[in-house]
Parts: sequence; structure tokens; C-alpha cells
Amino acid sequence: MTFLSTLFKRRSSAPVARDRLQILLAHERISSGDGKDDLLAQLHREIMEVIKRHVTVDQDKVQIKLDRGAHCSTLEIDVEVPGLTDIKPGATLAARTAEADAALEAKKA
Amino acid sequence: MSKVLVVTSGKGGVGKTTTSAALGAALAKNGQTVALVDFDVGLRNLDLVMGAERRVVFDLINVIQGDANLAQALIKDKRVPSLSLLPASQTRDKDALTAEGVAKVIDELRKKFDWVICDSPAGIERGAQMAMYHADVAVIVTNPEVSSVRDSDRIIGMLDSTTEKAKKGEKMDKHLLLTRYDPQRASRGDMLGTDDVLEILSIPLLGIIPESGDVLRASNVGAPVTIAEPESAAARAYNDAARRLAGEKLEVTIPTERKGLFDWLFKRRVA
Repeated sequence: MTFLSTLFKRRSSAPVARDRLQILLAHERISSGDGKDDLLAQLHREIMEVIKRHVTVDQDKVQIKLDRGAHCSTLEIDVEVPGLTDIKPGATLAARTAEADAALEAKKA
Repeated sequence: MSKVLVVTSGKGGVGKTTTSAALGAALAKNGQTVALVDFDVGLRNLDLVMGAERRVVFDLINVIQGDANLAQALIKDKRVPSLSLLPASQTRDKDALTAEGVAKVIDELRKKFDWVICDSPAGIERGAQMAMYHADVAVIVTNPEVSSVRDSDRIIGMLDSTTEKAKKGEKMDKHLLLTRYDPQRASRGDMLGTDDVLEILSIPLLGIIPESGDVLRASNVGAPVTIAEPESAAARAYNDAARRLAGEKLEVTIPTERKGLFDWLFKRRVA
């Protein structure tokens, strides 16, 4: 970078810091509050209940993010489901449990 | 009308201990009785900054465990008689800070002093929680820098939820103290400005302490900057902050160094 370009093109960094902090803290304040009335917390809870009916999920391995935009907002849900790759498509939950039991028995024997 | 004040920040190295010492000394010089309590068990430093490291006999943990009484453990400042220090233990860990023990000590200090200033350790663990639990007033020390502002936000959340005041449904009186502020870098747009930090954290401003060599010089000789270099920009900013804490309404300004001909002639040079 030449002297002139450093003089004229250099963007000040403080506004970048301010914007990054505002976005980050908006997210952190939502996730750390008790958030009983909070839409995000409610969605989190209910979606987790539905998922838990079918598979065991580690609460800590769930990321829920809401980006609020001027015109539309996006809700991003990222759930890590352990052992889903072994499951054959179409298998019912009961069948899967039976299968797992059988596998366990086989291991014991 | 005794008040318990916690000096906290979340992040380490932003100036909690410097601020505790400087505000404590400033309040004491204005005629208030002040107890400084170091909560950084295992990593005590307030004694060193106050120049009392060789006078420590008993500490906070000794008092909590009943090995010494408060009068034995309190170290009276030799420069400002209404200022006392209760040092932390250097050999124990933070688990020795029991909730009942801390409550008892704070209660006793409240009866003897106008101000009980709790110097919090960094972090959000037990030591920091104990330091803030009984507070009526909180000073959140923040540097104009992203990690410090984020941690301060977290600490503000804790002050509003895990303290005794919060549990009683009362409002914690919170103040922002911006330290290590460099007005030139801020005006160039390379440092978060006061407005930026205030907008993000949305708590009232107690003062702006400019980045200053006087702070380091004061700690080198073991004196709060408000005692060692009372005419320095940093000391004047701390003095104003102390007066605001005591209820005075003063406009917040950023004091600048007063450079006279004498300073210029005898300018200190390093290396």
C-alpha cells in the first residue's frame, strides 16, 4: 500500500467494532436471559420437545439463531443428532429400538 | 447510609484494582471512611497497588474462618487515615469464600465505614460473584475495546440477576467507568468512542479515565494515582468520578495533561 492510499482509503475501525458488538450482544442477551416470554426461547423449547420424542439429543449440541432483518428474519436451527446415519430409511422408532436391543444382546454374547 | 460498591469488569487487566484504589483514596480524601476489600483470593494485588504488601498479617479468609477479627486484619492507610484495606489471602483458593462468611464480614464493615469497596477478581466465577453479591452500587470498568465491552455486557447481566439486590427485586445502581481512553485514537476512528460504548451497554457514565503513564508510575511506588499524582489527568478524572458517586452532579469531561514549561524542560526520558 502506498502512502497516499493509506491516507485516503483506510477505513476507520471503530464503526466495525461497534457493529460487530451490537450484533453479537443482541444474540448473547437473548440466549443468556431466562427468556420465558421470549419467542426464540419458546421456539427452542417446543422444537426440542418434538425432536426429543423421536431421538435423544444433547441440549448443548443445539444452536438456534435468529437474524432480525428490516424486511424478513431468518430462523436457523442446527441440531446435532447422534447415530442417525445407522438408521435405515423408513424404519419406525420401535423397530429401531428392537434393532438396537438385538445388537446389544449380540455384543454381550 | 453506608454503601457497598463493587468494582467489576469480567475481563482481566482493564483496571479494576487501579480503580478500586484510586476511587477509595479519592472518597477518603473527601472525608468519607472507606474500606477496600480485595476479593481476588489467590491472586491478591490491591495490597501491592496500595503499598501495603509488607503490612499484611491477617486477611479476608482469616476473618471469614474466625482466625482473626476484623480489627486485626484491617490495614489503616498511612497517608489517608480514613482509608483501610482488607487484603485477600494469597495462599488459599476462592472456595474458602463462603456465602455466610462474606455476608458476615460485609455486614460488619457496613457498620464501620461509609463506603465498602469490593475489588472483584476477573472472570464470572465464585470470587466475582461473591464480590458483587452484597453490592448496592456497581462500577463496571471497561476499556474501549471489543472483548472488554462484551465481557462488561455479561457482567451487567449478572449484576441484574444473581445479586442480593436482584433477588429482592430491587434495581442495582450501575455505572460505567471507561478506562485507558485515548481521545486522539477515538477521534481518528480507531478506538470505540464513548458514545459507542454507552449506546451498546446503556448504563450511565461515571467517568472517562484517559490512558496515562501516571497510573503505572503510581502503582510502581505503591500509591493510588489520586494520592501519588493528584494533579495528573487520570487522578482528576478519578476524583470527579468519586464526587459523582457521592452524589454530585458534574459534567463528564476528558481531562488532559497539563504540560508546562517546567515539564517540557525536565521531560523524563526512557532508555
